[in-house]
Amino acid sequence: MDFLIGLYDSLPVAIQIILKIVVIMGPLMVLVAYYTYAERKVIGYMQVRIGPNRVGPKGWGQPIADAVKLMFKEIVLPTHADKTLFLIAPLLSIGPALAAWAVFPFDTGLVLADINAGLLYLLAMTSIGVYGVIIAGWASNSKYAFLGAIRCAAQIVSYEIAMGFALVGVLVVAGSLNLGQIVEGQSGGFWNWYWLPLLPLFVIYFISGVAETNRAPFDVAEGESEIVAGFHVDYSGMAFAVFFLAEYANMILISALTALMFLGGWLSPFQGTFMESWFAWVPGIIWLVAKTFVFMFLFLWFRATFPRYRYDQIMRLGWKIFIPITIVWIVVAGAMQVYDIGPWYQ
Amino acid sequence: MDFNASTLLLLLPEIVLLSAIAVILVLDLFLDQSKRVFTYGMSLAALVATMAAVMLGDNTSQVVMHGAYVVDAMGSVLKVALLSVGIFAFIYSRRYLSDRNLFKGEFYVLGLLAILGMMIMVSAGSFLSLYLGLELLALSLYALVAFDGDSKPGSEAAMKYFVLGALASGMLLYGISMIYGATGVLDFAGVAKVIASGQADQTVLTFGLVFVLIGIAFKFGAVPFHMWVPDVYQGAPVVVTAFLGSVPKIAAFAMAMRILAESMGGLGPEMGWQGWQGMLIILAVLSLALGNIVALVQDNIKRMLAYSTISHVGFIFLGLLAGGDKGYSAAMFYTIIYALTAVGGFGLLAILSRKGVEAENLHDLKGLNKRSPWLAAMMLLIVFSMAGVPPTVGFFAKLFILDALVNADLLWLALVAVFFSVIGAFYYLRIIKVIYFDKPESEEPIAANVDARLAISVNGLAMLYYGIFPASLLAVCQAAIAAL
Amino acid sequence: MSFEKFLFYLFAAILVGSALMVITRRNPVHSALFLVLAFFNMAAIWLLAEAEFLAIVLVLVYVGAVMVLFLFVIMMLDIDLATVRAGFIKHLPVGIVVAVLMLVEMVLVLGPKHFGLTKYAAPEAAPADYNNTAELGLSLFTQHLYALEIAAVILLVAMIAAISLTLRKRPDSKRQNVTRQHMVKKKDRLKIIKMPAEEKG
Repeated sequence: MDFLIGLYDSLPVAIQIILKIVVIMGPLMVLVAYYTYAERKVIGYMQVRIGPNRVGPKGWGQPIADAVKLMFKEIVLPTHADKTLFLIAPLLSIGPALAAWAVFPFDTGLVLADINAGLLYLLAMTSIGVYGVIIAGWASNSKYAFLGAIRCAAQIVSYEIAMGFALVGVLVVAGSLNLGQIVEGQSGGFWNWYWLPLLPLFVIYFISGVAETNRAPFDVAEGESEIVAGFHVDYSGMAFAVFFLAEYANMILISALTALMFLGGWLSPFQGTFMESWFAWVPGIIWLVAKTFVFMFLFLWFRATFPRYRYDQIMRLGWKIFIPITIVWIVVAGAMQVYDIGPWYQ
Repeated sequence: MDFNASTLLLLLPEIVLLSAIAVILVLDLFLDQSKRVFTYGMSLAALVATMAAVMLGDNTSQVVMHGAYVVDAMGSVLKVALLSVGIFAFIYSRRYLSDRNLFKGEFYVLGLLAILGMMIMVSAGSFLSLYLGLELLALSLYALVAFDGDSKPGSEAAMKYFVLGALASGMLLYGISMIYGATGVLDFAGVAKVIASGQADQTVLTFGLVFVLIGIAFKFGAVPFHMWVPDVYQGAPVVVTAFLGSVPKIAAFAMAMRILAESMGGLGPEMGWQGWQGMLIILAVLSLALGNIVALVQDNIKRMLAYSTISHVGFIFLGLLAGGDKGYSAAMFYTIIYALTAVGGFGLLAILSRKGVEAENLHDLKGLNKRSPWLAAMMLLIVFSMAGVPPTVGFFAKLFILDALVNADLLWLALVAVFFSVIGAFYYLRIIKVIYFDKPESEEPIAANVDARLAISVNGLAMLYYGIFPASLLAVCQAAIAAL
Repeated sequence: MSFEKFLFYLFAAILVGSALMVITRRNPVHSALFLVLAFFNMAAIWLLAEAEFLAIVLVLVYVGAVMVLFLFVIMMLDIDLATVRAGFIKHLPVGIVVAVLMLVEMVLVLGPKHFGLTKYAAPEAAPADYNNTAELGLSLFTQHLYALEIAAVILLVAMIAAISLTLRKRPDSKRQNVTRQHMVKKKDRLKIIKMPAEEKG
């Protein structure tokens, strides 16, 4: 072990950073692959079906089979498509989804880049993911794809505001834009996490996150029953797979962020209770992953439960309900902060 | 310089106006169209309350808000002037708007916001607050010009105004950035201090000055940055033209004073006539020439008045470049009087317009004397004042400028100004001729509300009053300039 | 050349290149996308200048929101550039003369003679614990409070102007009134009619 640490320290900084990136990306990609499997299974059981069960034991090999299939398929380039943009679009979609993890802290000090404005960086990264969708829809030169892109652009811009305001609330109570400090600010057990003082913002953040990732019930950008598959109707093979990856990576990111900002991240839920010592051996990252899984499950549950929103209803929800509520709650949070109301602020 | 409650007291006029705007904006939402006149009344009340706040406030010269806000006598006088002219513009607008289904709260809210922007400009203490005030004004005006969404000329005028206005703002900002680069400060007093110390890079300063001056010239509408003026004046609804053609001139004057006299004043003498005075001479002469000559051939009276505006701007620039207390106070006097005159002129056009009929061509004024002798007399006073015919106040306004020019050894410029004024008198007389000696095209009596009639009477008689007693206003201007 | 300097020149070169592309591309969508690229490089340069807050906000606001709307509008309008560029060749000579004149003037003024390192020494790097965001916030709410408030009013004007210019109540548009839907009671919609049961024939 000491040898390995010594070896790591002797490496140039650039290689060290690349190693760290690999350590984050590897498990993430595996998680994405098995998230797709989980989705099919979970929704299957919810609909009283079995889901994939043929490839490997209990269908465990299904994601790998899918990946191999997609890799060997031809990428069809539509004749009148804008070829460069058509091929760049999937990259623009997955790039920000992965780049966002750079500032994500997995435990105290366990973070690739510990920057002061981490929260803003995350917001910026989640908001530029939309370019992949818009460019894909436009470059395909097809009306269904274009409709999907237009819907997506309007939807993401609308929900980004609510999302940003929800994060402003977090910023107000945490007093910092640094994600590590935001989690530290929640220490003290279940009732000290920010979900309670920021309950409306917590709910709005997660719902906006669902909208931002274009998942059901906000998946009008794909809308397979209306506009076939929306922005990626002309994509096939690996190009399609990259969009797919980006979507699931984004879902995991939103889940993890919600856990981080509202459910105390890697902090143990038993902090401050008599059970704290019983669970002291559990590493923080396990708690983080467990909390993230809750929200990841919610994504699937939503998809199995809710019918798709109509477009104007989405706009109404975003602009007329979420934004006013978040603004009001920022004021409330500010007042609680200034007048030291509640047990949350020390 | 510290921030405390007494600082807020100095900002009271702006605070009153902004609070009133917020209240009106929300209340207007809950009003029926039939009760819209309530919004109108509240807007006027807001202006009056703001004026009271200005008049009762302390106006001993001081700088607050970290140099961003200046309190001085010039600011107070100009604010009172622009608020009163704004009241006139609002009163003239009511009937015209309701005839055209445009009587909406937004008109007054945007107008009030424009006035707020101008007040911010008037008492700006730094380039930053000046620029922000200017943008506030400009954005409100773009929206007002396009206020009649169904009118093609209106939308076109707004588009032109917006594009050219954005360009001018860009120029102004670029110039400001140069000045900031050369001096390292943004507040006017600081810039003046650095220039006086001789530390600043003269080349960079001059470069910045040129761009800033272009911005100022555009906002005034001086030749060769006048292209927007005729189109916007003609395309906008006449009540908007009344507003846009009058009040912003006062703010533009304040902007010129703050930038040129207060902060860049030290730049001129050192370089002789190569400073901003030299550039203003070019702008002024061109404006006088083009404005007066092109106005001669216009049949559309809005367009004619637009060109006349350009020539008046030339006069204001003449006063500014003459410099010294005398020149500045003459220019200030001229600006205030011009704003009052212009709002009357356009306001009268608004009164003459009826449902579906725009009074905007010269022949629409035919035989006005037969239809309404009183309104014709008011128009006579206003037009005489624009032309500078004694005993109206326009004569004295021009006289003070010429006097200041002669005082500054610029006799030739004074002669040029007189020459073009004489040319200009011709088209003003054309209006008079049409009103008094032509046969009316329709015998329809002029329906005007009592408030508009009252306002136009006050407005017209003011021309006469200040013509007979010009010293009262001039003394105020002189005191304000002396306190700078 | 230090690594930072290399990065600066790299980003600056891409920035200028993409800015040129913005004004030379035939397709407005490409222009807009190059503008996005330019914003990114500008943000990178700001990061090098230790203005991390501003850099991220530039990406967040301009790339994440403003340019998305911009693209949205460009794509929806489907601008025909042939008509837009009709007068291009005609005005080109005048344009070139003006542009060259301005360029020469700017080069003369903005060169190292007036803005060089001798005039403005390079600022010292901030200490590691320097919090850019906090400093900016302090400055905004103390020194620039007045300007901040005015900027807020400007945004209000923009909002009022946009709404007053575009909001038209079209008589033929059908809209949903959610409040009314929520207020509906059973008795408003459901009417139970008692009628005698039909007798069996």
